[in-house]
Amino acid sequence: MGHPLVFYIGSARERTDVLEGEDRARFEAIVLPHLDAAFNLARWLLRSRGDAEDVAQEALLRAYRAFGTYRSGNPRAWLLQIVRNACFTWLRQNRMGEEFTEFDETTMPQESENPEALAIANSNREQLSRALEALPPAFREILVLRELEGCSYKEIAEVTSRPIGTVMSGLARARLQLRNALSQPQPKEARRAV
Amino acid sequence: MPCEHSQLELHGYLDGELDAMGAANFEKHLEDCPDCKRVLAAEESLRSALQNAALYERAPESLRKNLLGTPEKKVTPMQSRRVSGFAWQWLAAAAVLFLAVAVGWGVWQRSQSPSSMQLVAASLVDAHLRSLQPGHLTDVESTDQHTVKPWFDGRLDFAPPVRDFSTDGFPLLGGRLDVVQGRTVAALVYGRRKHIVNVFVEKGPPAEGWSGFGSLQGYHWLAWQKDGFSFFAVSDVSAPDLNQLEQLCLSQ
Repeated sequence: MGHPLVFYIGSARERTDVLEGEDRARFEAIVLPHLDAAFNLARWLLRSRGDAEDVAQEALLRAYRAFGTYRSGNPRAWLLQIVRNACFTWLRQNRMGEEFTEFDETTMPQESENPEALAIANSNREQLSRALEALPPAFREILVLRELEGCSYKEIAEVTSRPIGTVMSGLARARLQLRNALSQPQPKEARRAV
Repeated sequence: MPCEHSQLELHGYLDGELDAMGAANFEKHLEDCPDCKRVLAAEESLRSALQNAALYERAPESLRKNLLGTPEKKVTPMQSRRVSGFAWQWLAAAAVLFLAVAVGWGVWQRSQSPSSMQLVAASLVDAHLRSLQPGHLTDVESTDQHTVKPWFDGRLDFAPPVRDFSTDGFPLLGGRLDVVQGRTVAALVYGRRKHIVNVFVEKGPPAEGWSGFGSLQGYHWLAWQKDGFSFFAVSDVSAPDLNQLEQLCLSQ
């Protein structure tokens, strides 16, 4: 008793007149506020809004079914973990060759002689988006979680089921690879493998 | 050739994940290491480019509708089967009564204990969640502090300090009145990338529980005081982001 969850049950009831069921209201109050986070992660992992919508919906339903096992802790990390697993499963089944590789299996990019802060600062949305999509999924994931979603290292570790040290080194590599891609002259469509 | 510090510490520093000692050590190292200085500058421009490019993609309305519109029996085959509507209402009433008693007991038991902080935080996080429901975020929607501040005149018996921090990445989005634990407070709404920060403001010394920091249900909160006002910020942005907002508010 005295656990904060109780308060969500109480207050969730007031604002969910359309829906019935204690679990449903609780789910809506605790997990559904993170729907944008779920969609955004799926969209960047799958590189498609349409596929992201399907997979995010499936993941949310899966989360709802598993909600009984959720007790406390960070609901955003809990949901995002389900979403990313659903995404990687989907990629394995639907896009051969695009599935998940671990950080260790990717080559460590080299720091360029002179990191070009200016070229990076001048990148537009299109260039950034293309460079981000060209990264291996594991790098893309970690950058989206950190830079777009604002997750802490601890949350990223929870979502991706990796030790924090691996998260840190992965983030360093992902950023370096993205910076290198942005400092180079843009090779247009060549990097984009779909 | 790359400095070994540029691998991990630099990123921990950039992300506000080093402790005070680690950050101080890295800053000292930074003074003598042009390599790290260059890499840090590049990382900072990468970060601001990523954050300014509006790459965050919100869920389409259709996804929300599909989820909310899904008939309950489809989603919860286990839960919705056996109880008739009438019995359900009684069960719900009993559950609410039980909760009320349990919560009341909890509040009474804990009112003087340190964890009453948890209860206060829970009610403020709840106010934050409520504000995210469609149409609840702002009563006055303006990025202009000179519009938001006068709006509170006559609605509260104090004038909350209202400032816009757009240039520092926390644009003012508006304000509203909110009721927290039976008290009417000012709520200032700030944006942080695609996230919302609610800053609750009260006049006078902090009420019990309006202190410290923590996280609850994936939301971070942070309380501080300035010029006779008490502030309580809640958001799903990272804790370092809330610290930055506090520093902005405390500056000047």
